Amino acid sequence: MIPQPQVRHDQAPVTESDLLLQVRDLRTYFRLDEGMLKAVDGISFNVYRNRVLGMVGESGCGKSVTAQSILQIVPKPGVVQGEMLWHRDGQTVDIGGLDPESEEMRAIRGNEIAMIFQEPMTAFSPVHTVGNQLMEAYFVHGKLDEAEARARAVELLDLVGIPAADRRVDEYTFQLSGGMRQRAMIAMAMMNRPRMLIADEPTTALDVTIQAQILRLIRRLQAETGAAVLFISHNLGAVANLANDVAVMYRGKIVEFGTVRQVLKNPQHPYTVALLQSIPGFGYRRGDRLQSIRGSVGVPIDPPDECPFRGRCDRFDPALCGGSMPASVEVEPGHQVACVLYEARS
Amino acid sequence: MSDERKSSPSPTLARRKKDELTAEERFFAASQWELMWRKFRKHKLALASGVVLIFLYAIAVTFEFWAPYGPISEQGLINMRPTRIHFRNEEGKFVGPFVYGIEQVVDMETFKRVPVEDKDVTYPIRFFVHAEPYKLWGLFETDRHFFGAGEGKVLLVGTDELGRDLFSRILAGSRISLSVGVVGVAISLVLGSFFGGIAGYYGSWADLIISRAIEFIGSIPNLPLWMLLASIIPLDWPVVRVYFMTTIIISLLTWVGLARVVRSLLLQLRTMDYVKAAQLAGASDMRLIIDHLLPGMLSYLIVQVTIAIPNTILAETALSFLGLGMRPPAVSWGVLLRAAQNVQNIVLRPWMLAPAIVVIVTIFVFNFVGDGLRDAADPYK
Amino acid sequence: MTNERPSGHEQQKPLLEITNLKKYFPIEKGLLRRVVGYVRAVDDVSLSVYRGKTMGLVGESGSGKTTLAHCVLRAYDLTEGEIIFRPGDQEYRLNELEAKELRQVRPHMQMIFQDPYSSLDPRKTVYDIVSEPLRLNGATRDAALDQRVRDLLEAVGLDYRHMKRYPHAFSGGQRQRVGIARALALNPALIVCDEPVSALDVSVQAQILNLLSDLQAQLNLTYLFIAHNLRVIQHICDDVAVMYVGKLMERARTDDLFRNPRHPYTEALLSAIPIPDPDRPLPEQGLEGELPDPANPPPGCYFHPRCRYAQAICQVEAPPWLETEPQHFSRCHFARELPLQGSI
Repeated sequence: MIPQPQVRHDQAPVTESDLLLQVRDLRTYFRLDEGMLKAVDGISFNVYRNRVLGMVGESGCGKSVTAQSILQIVPKPGVVQGEMLWHRDGQTVDIGGLDPESEEMRAIRGNEIAMIFQEPMTAFSPVHTVGNQLMEAYFVHGKLDEAEARARAVELLDLVGIPAADRRVDEYTFQLSGGMRQRAMIAMAMMNRPRMLIADEPTTALDVTIQAQILRLIRRLQAETGAAVLFISHNLGAVANLANDVAVMYRGKIVEFGTVRQVLKNPQHPYTVALLQSIPGFGYRRGDRLQSIRGSVGVPIDPPDECPFRGRCDRFDPALCGGSMPASVEVEPGHQVACVLYEARS
Repeated sequence: MSDERKSSPSPTLARRKKDELTAEERFFAASQWELMWRKFRKHKLALASGVVLIFLYAIAVTFEFWAPYGPISEQGLINMRPTRIHFRNEEGKFVGPFVYGIEQVVDMETFKRVPVEDKDVTYPIRFFVHAEPYKLWGLFETDRHFFGAGEGKVLLVGTDELGRDLFSRILAGSRISLSVGVVGVAISLVLGSFFGGIAGYYGSWADLIISRAIEFIGSIPNLPLWMLLASIIPLDWPVVRVYFMTTIIISLLTWVGLARVVRSLLLQLRTMDYVKAAQLAGASDMRLIIDHLLPGMLSYLIVQVTIAIPNTILAETALSFLGLGMRPPAVSWGVLLRAAQNVQNIVLRPWMLAPAIVVIVTIFVFNFVGDGLRDAADPYK
Repeated sequence: MTNERPSGHEQQKPLLEITNLKKYFPIEKGLLRRVVGYVRAVDDVSLSVYRGKTMGLVGESGSGKTTLAHCVLRAYDLTEGEIIFRPGDQEYRLNELEAKELRQVRPHMQMIFQDPYSSLDPRKTVYDIVSEPLRLNGATRDAALDQRVRDLLEAVGLDYRHMKRYPHAFSGGQRQRVGIARALALNPALIVCDEPVSALDVSVQAQILNLLSDLQAQLNLTYLFIAHNLRVIQHICDDVAVMYVGKLMERARTDDLFRNPRHPYTEALLSAIPIPDPDRPLPEQGLEGELPDPANPPPGCYFHPRCRYAQAICQVEAPPWLETEPQHFSRCHFARELPLQGSI
């Protein structure tokens, strides 16, 4: 399942040595009174240095739980199963096998893998200055020089485009606007030069012009640091702007995977096709009926072993779609689709 | 739980009777109270505490029946330790619960009264016995008691310095102590809803004035003020009047907490879009309050009340303990605890502390129920 | 302010006519709530909405678009200005109405809310929610009311058999449909849609937009449609007004505005929309900075600190409301000459 994407923007093709995180058959289940909520149900993907993996899907598809699983911060009563091989400096660690509270996991979380969230306000403490919180992120990972930490905080605030960073470093987060808070959170995530950055809907709460600024900022930081980025968004436009590869999730499963070009310009899975068609404005004239998907995602509690999209699919065929969850099929090099339409063909 | 199943028409659904509906449909058509009950039920400790609470209040309402003796009738045994209840006779044969005849003899060396059991006389403990006559709720005259030992004495937690049965007195005291909680909080609730309601609903200057007043009252140390107010109550007032006066004095300070809650709930509810929608459809202020604001607050208010009642009970106990609330001949837990003001009493007669244990249990039980209700109050989370 | 001439088939009087509307919020300080300044949330806005049409109101958060809508609904009292509303044959001056008269006009204008969760009372059944406006206006719980609720639920694509359910049984999209059914209950002439799809997933958003279009066609509804998503605006609106810090920056027919924007702010907004096509990335340079503080806006043109075309005059002189083409207005000194990029 190692994709061989075309060269995009100014980036070189991937090699084995760039492999940073291999996720294999990740399952994150929540045992609820109503049954077993299978938020993430057996997904596999790779994250590479210097590349952005976009993860798209509607709310409730398991995108955020995937991110939480990688960092081992899944809320109770979630249980994470599966292999997550973290490759660094010739070593390989299985994050899935680590105790979430262990020293080793804490060294990875926030240090080697950093995360930015949708709502920056909740990620910050209101009683500490921005600078203190950035420095704190630095100190917990064993770096102890205060002057150096402060210098790095100012440097990063400046890097993420916060004007007058040397002054803002002593302000509280509530004194910053939404866009500035998001920038400060990105700065905090970058404090320890992470090898991988997880961005969970980082632009959803922002206005369109600020959203564009943040997207440009992430794009620039990624190019400068060479970090891997897992970019989670329901906004296909944002993903198109950032990602090299795209995984489309639906009800806990990856239904389509490929390079950004393959998935967005040549979508194969009926869900991806429908999702792209339901965006107003493109190829539509005013007053046209939008292509929508009937129903809604729903909650995968005790889902049967079948295609998760069958109930909403326009191409549902009782003769074909009756069986269990279709396997991923490679429709072109690096482009995988989990749909019975392609399974039948191959 | 998928949406398709939710919205897909099931043609027979309308014709089915309610008990035949699927669990899912029952959940979807479940009102707030049903959902709250579902959630509360899962909180086992709260559920058990709720049962205990109902039991406590049931006893308080009908204590005359449950108590073997009247609260002020003297049993002739002074400062008696709890009676031993025996099940086997001298030969070791099981004969059911009974007590021996008992007498207090003065030990000539220590000058202490020592109880001596007269093993020749036994009195079996029986249930639903005829004993001291009483008038339940001032209406029904009867002499039926839950249990008793006829001529013998069953003194479950001993007697006080006048020889009155402490167990019966604790049961009797529950009526005042437990009802002070309810009545006091009811008064607080009226005051709190009124002032909190005005502040939260009308906002602007009304809110300003009331909020400042609440802050001011809230900043006064409770106990000294209660003591000051309580000391004004004339000593010769009858029990009922003292009771109401004490309750009012306690509520005068506790309503601010409820007012604060009502205000903040209203401020929050008023911004809800559904309230705005009702306003846009032409709802008057009164309609808004009755249809949306009150129902929206109710579950939270119940939680607040459950938390406020034990505080009021504690306040009454504290005041009476200090001699400023209820006073003899009224019987309340605080009054009973006055005996424990004396160190000698505590050392020599530890059963005098029994009312404190009852108070502690009551407070715990209320708090557990409050916890459970708080978790269930917003079932939509 | 320049009058807007109705053109072509719009010879009829507009359903809603807003003239020089101002809404200032006082900034209070201290214990005595001394007024130390004003937030000019809506500052001299004039706008006409025609029957059966959709007027889009677009702007970033803090632009005043929601305040404007609330003024129209008289949820706020106006600071200044006039709002004329003409449902049926009557004509109401909304700004002058007292509470009692207002209640009579209210049924003619309803609202669809952004948040499908806070817009439905969780303690009421769908039946109660949808019938509430009718009951408030005299209907009693009888067979006729039942029938009306059924019709409304069917009109918005919900199964009437679910009307005894509570909102918690429904998904976000279905809740939004319940909210739409409630808004339709009184046969309003005008519906204010306040970001009705921004809390929904893309696929569900498309369902709701289609529903709104269908209902408009069937019932000859007029929408005042507030959104921050320009693509949604482009899809559903006949006319668009762009707001920035309480002022209208540009107003035009939707197609004109997207093809040929005449204000640098509109151009910046259009270029900031990420397109789901990897071959059309966002431009390397975009609009920098953020919305100015509406309590303390910059002098001259409010947009000049962020405007890449700003000249000396923009810093000192507030630009006029220019009609660059028929029915196309822009508040920019250089509205006629700037080479601005559209986006279709």
